[in-house]
Amino acid sequence: MRLTNQSKQRLPWDTIIRWCMRFIAYSVVVAVGYILFDIVVKGVGSISWEFLTDYPRKGGTEGGILPAIMGTVYLTAGAIIVALPLGMASAIYLSEYASQGRFTRMIRLAIVTLAGVPSIVFGLFGLGLFVLFFNFGTSILAGSLTLAFMILPTIIVSSEEALRAVPRALREGSLALGATRWQTISRNVLPYALPGMFTGSILGIGRAAGETAPILLTVAAFYLPILPSSVFDQVMALPYHLYILATQHPDTTKVLPLQYGTALVLLVLVTAFNLVAIMLRMRFRKKYKW
Amino acid sequence: MVTNLPTKIETRDLNVYYDTTQALFGIDMVIPKNQVTALIGPSGCGKSTFLRSLNRMNDIILNARTEGTIRIDDQDIYASGVDLADLRRRVGMVFQKSNPFPKSLYENVVYGPKIHGVRDRQTLDELVEKSLQGAGLWEEVKDRLEKSAMELSGGQQQRLCIARALAVEPEILLMDEPASALDPKSTARIEDLIGELRENYTIVIVTHNMQQAARVSDYTAFFYEGHLIEFGETQTLFTKPGNQQTEDYITGRFG
Ligand SMILES: Nc1ncnc2c1ncn2[C@@H]1O[C@H](COP(=O)(O)OP(=O)(O)O)[C@@H](O)[C@H]1O
Ligand SMILES: [Mg+2]
Repeated sequence: MRLTNQSKQRLPWDTIIRWCMRFIAYSVVVAVGYILFDIVVKGVGSISWEFLTDYPRKGGTEGGILPAIMGTVYLTAGAIIVALPLGMASAIYLSEYASQGRFTRMIRLAIVTLAGVPSIVFGLFGLGLFVLFFNFGTSILAGSLTLAFMILPTIIVSSEEALRAVPRALREGSLALGATRWQTISRNVLPYALPGMFTGSILGIGRAAGETAPILLTVAAFYLPILPSSVFDQVMALPYHLYILATQHPDTTKVLPLQYGTALVLLVLVTAFNLVAIMLRMRFRKKYKW
Repeated sequence: MVTNLPTKIETRDLNVYYDTTQALFGIDMVIPKNQVTALIGPSGCGKSTFLRSLNRMNDIILNARTEGTIRIDDQDIYASGVDLADLRRRVGMVFQKSNPFPKSLYENVVYGPKIHGVRDRQTLDELVEKSLQGAGLWEEVKDRLEKSAMELSGGQQQRLCIARALAVEPEILLMDEPASALDPKSTARIEDLIGELRENYTIVIVTHNMQQAARVSDYTAFFYEGHLIEFGETQTLFTKPGNQQTEDYITGRFG
């Protein structure tokens, strides 16, 4: 049979390609696994109650990283407060109100492009606009806003996707009952889209928590062993602290364990964010099906 | 004039276009009050388009354009300043594919009333019972009103959609092939239901099942390629069609 002939011919290539793909996929997993393993093994020794709740001493060679942890928490929370409503509102406008013409397509293209802009560019943008032009100074406010703008495209794109996943029939059913467009969106679209909007957004926010470049120029303090008292203060932040320990410290061997400890804390924080997103998604996927 | 019954809906020279293609050509039709009017014709002939023009659901289709007049109780529904929310409250719609909202049965039924400002819990409770009874669903679901509508069977979901439409107390019910996705038993239930509803509502139903049209309707309109070919009493139209195309269609020679 011709079919057998063909598959005989194709078999070696199929097998070779399959093994190549498998090798590549496994290499990635092994590499990531090794990095995680390395960080956990070398970092876990530094983790202690003191490390998590104390201020750094002696230029960061002793004591804890509390200000860096709190700094990252404040910055991330600030970014969420600004970016989530703004991003969700933009997505609602784009998918539910804007006429789907050339102009809207251009806006979408711009947003997708923005999502791919290197984070240092956002850092410079934040420096120019928030730190200097609006004169917020290097501050939590400037840093949060910069992070917010960096994750805005991700939030808009994933929110739009979540909105589009709500069947058109539900909108029509609502309109046919005499609901206005906004009543339809707020009562019969948003409630089903919100979980998806949140999960997509949380993933973006997790990324923001780990970024160094955008906060480098807008908020992060080299060494500031106190907690901030207002949004106009500078703070330390985990990724930047890590960078400082790794590259700017004279006594490299002494701070190496602290470096790993800091990396581990950052990793746990970001993973926790992503876990929350995944759990939300699973929970709501069960709840709404059509 | 086909009838001397009171008129509920009257269309005059109704033309509907999608972009530049015309889907309906100069439809003049008089739909009598508290009767069941069936729209039949091969698929793509404009039945749904006609139905959607009666509650202005074509408005939400961006490339659709409507010309002509439609009067409901002598009010031009395409006149400027017409309150769309009020129009659609008066003219309810049941879709081909049932579209229950992923909410509880109770929330499905009270969705419309709440939109129109009913807040009193007792009034809502009464509306729920009345509407579900009207849709012949009350006995089956009265003990699980808090359950999700998505757990109902297909036929129950479609009756829930009918109850949801009834809850805003419309005068007209538009049904677009409401039973086409249902099994024979559920279809029979829906047909019985239409028979009961005819007393209080003006019903316009699209179907491409001619036995169904013959069973449930008082009047029948035959559409072909965007034209209204023939309109008349169902019995007459099916037994003594006045038009060759109608006869070909109902005897199954095409479509
Ligand atoms: N949204 C739309 N855009 C463009 N053409 C449409 C649209 N809806 C329907 N049409 C066209 O209009 C004609 C009538 O369609 P429709 O009213 O759905 O017919 P029926 O319900 O009788 O099957 C068909 O030729 C169909 O392709
Ligand atoms: Mg149709």
